[in-house]
Amino acid sequence: MALVLAVVLPLVAQSMDQPYYISFASRVLIYALAATSLNLLLGYGGMISFGHAAFTGAGAYSAGILLVEGVTNAWVGWAAAMSVSALLALAIGALSLRTRGVYFIMITLAFAQMAYYLVVSMKAYGGEEGLNLTLRPAPGFGVDLRDDLTFYYAVLGWLALALVLIERLVGARFGRAMLAIRENETRAEAIGFPVYRCKLILFVIAGAFGGLAGSLLATQNNYVNPSILHWTQSGTLMIMVILGGVGHRYGGLIGAAVLLVMEELLANHRIAWLAAIAPNYQQHSLLAVGLILLSIVLFAPRGLAGLFARKGRGNG
Amino acid sequence: MSWTLILEQSLNGLQFGLMLFLLAAGLTLVFGIMDMINLAHGSIYMIGAFLAATLVEATGSFAIGVLLAIVATALVGMALEATLLRTLYERDHLSQVLATFALILIANETVRIVWGSDLPLNAPAALSGPVELLPGLLYPSYRLLIIGVGLAVALALYFLVTRTRTGMLVRAGASNREMAAAMGVDIRLLFTLVFGFGAGLCAVAGAMLGPILAVQVGMGENILILAFVVIVIGGIGSIRGALVGSLIVGVVDTIGRAFLPALLREFLPPQFAGAIGPALASILIYVLMAAVLVWKPQGLFPARG
Repeated sequence: MALVLAVVLPLVAQSMDQPYYISFASRVLIYALAATSLNLLLGYGGMISFGHAAFTGAGAYSAGILLVEGVTNAWVGWAAAMSVSALLALAIGALSLRTRGVYFIMITLAFAQMAYYLVVSMKAYGGEEGLNLTLRPAPGFGVDLRDDLTFYYAVLGWLALALVLIERLVGARFGRAMLAIRENETRAEAIGFPVYRCKLILFVIAGAFGGLAGSLLATQNNYVNPSILHWTQSGTLMIMVILGGVGHRYGGLIGAAVLLVMEELLANHRIAWLAAIAPNYQQHSLLAVGLILLSIVLFAPRGLAGLFARKGRGNG
Repeated sequence: MSWTLILEQSLNGLQFGLMLFLLAAGLTLVFGIMDMINLAHGSIYMIGAFLAATLVEATGSFAIGVLLAIVATALVGMALEATLLRTLYERDHLSQVLATFALILIANETVRIVWGSDLPLNAPAALSGPVELLPGLLYPSYRLLIIGVGLAVALALYFLVTRTRTGMLVRAGASNREMAAAMGVDIRLLFTLVFGFGAGLCAVAGAMLGPILAVQVGMGENILILAFVVIVIGGIGSIRGALVGSLIVGVVDTIGRAFLPALLREFLPPQFAGAIGPALASILIYVLMAAVLVWKPQGLFPARG
């Protein structure tokens, strides 16, 4: 159902001559990919990483820098983004995973902040100003990513592939081992699972998909700047996951879609009955976003996905 | 690099560290006693600064305005705790993150609606000039006032926590909440008071820093991260740790920003040093935190045994 909707919706927008919505939908899907990769850590690994923006940022910058240096092959860009982010995740994970709980949250944040300031200092690649990308990468086979609709389907393809891979991963032995570790780390260790190595592998996989999302975001915006690595970006991704449902298969997707659509509706569309109460409400749309998020925490403790799950089932 | 410059920057570091301590003290107690991640702590700092700017303007006196703002912010904090935050204690950390993130958005927009994006707040006219501390060392008198206020509050807080009965209850709550409750401590009341007290400290920091930094929407977000760094370095729940952590972070950050770029220029080619210097200075405190965590995973002064 959701897949059919995702395929058909942009065609409708195209026929109604509303290209803005196609590019908005691409943005939603890219954030969905980033949030889904973070959900691997939060939901399946029980690792509360507050530094995921470092990986999306590394991916975005690898893709951007390659383009500026004249490498226009999209596959090279995607591969570079994923491997750079994966390497970064390997380094950060190897150190951070020695700590637990709140200290893990803070140390991942610290590494992301280091990456942020490092990027700000890269004067050759725009520094604080960021990089303007004048062209878009080409994946070959006559596919033109400069066309918004084509780009949308490319993003959709990546997201679908990522979801399938993650599904397989979670169902496989590795996924079962991760669940055991999430539920009780000490017990898993006692049984003989290589806990540290499993967590590190998951961290690297999540980082690689985060980097892929970052490279897509760079293409989408034709622009990369350091704000993509800012800690509020990590916060936003985390909010999307919690909103959608931590550990739920589509938690990241639901969270990203709901948050971005909500922001979009409140900021750029005049809702008559709201305007009647508060004429200037659009300037303060974040107030409404805040109130909605707060009521979701209070009334839907397991995220939006939890609302639709069958009653009486545990955390699934 | 003259010694007056070094001394001046050290004083700046001390001043920044003391203000960080005011923020970190409330944060570490909330975190330590109730195991609650409160991202909205920075918003209370912002509200305190806006209240101070309004009340200083209204009363015409810096001292009276700031004192009123501290009381008002403490009341806001207690009201927030009693109505909303209290329901979050039993929830997991992620729910607390989402809820208090929502509070940041709500606070930012509410402040924008009530006051606009920023407010002017000036240091009292009598303190606008510099004083000569030592021959050749001129230092702004308002910054000296900040150091004085910071030291006084830090000492008072230290005395309160380590030497009074209330402080003993707070420490008991931080090291083992269930045991303290079982011994008959009214944890709920205690925590509302602690939260109000922490909010008041935020207002002190917001009001004192207002004339130096700007009183504007979003001022709480960046300093919040620094306050978290401080409490992690110091050990969560420990007032002593928060004090030591604040001073370390304040001094290292200020000194690093002031001297690291120049120092690098001694060893590296100038165009390289110019690019990497400021970045390295900004990174310094995070490297410090990572190093402390590797060396002492519970922070310098762990509150729990």
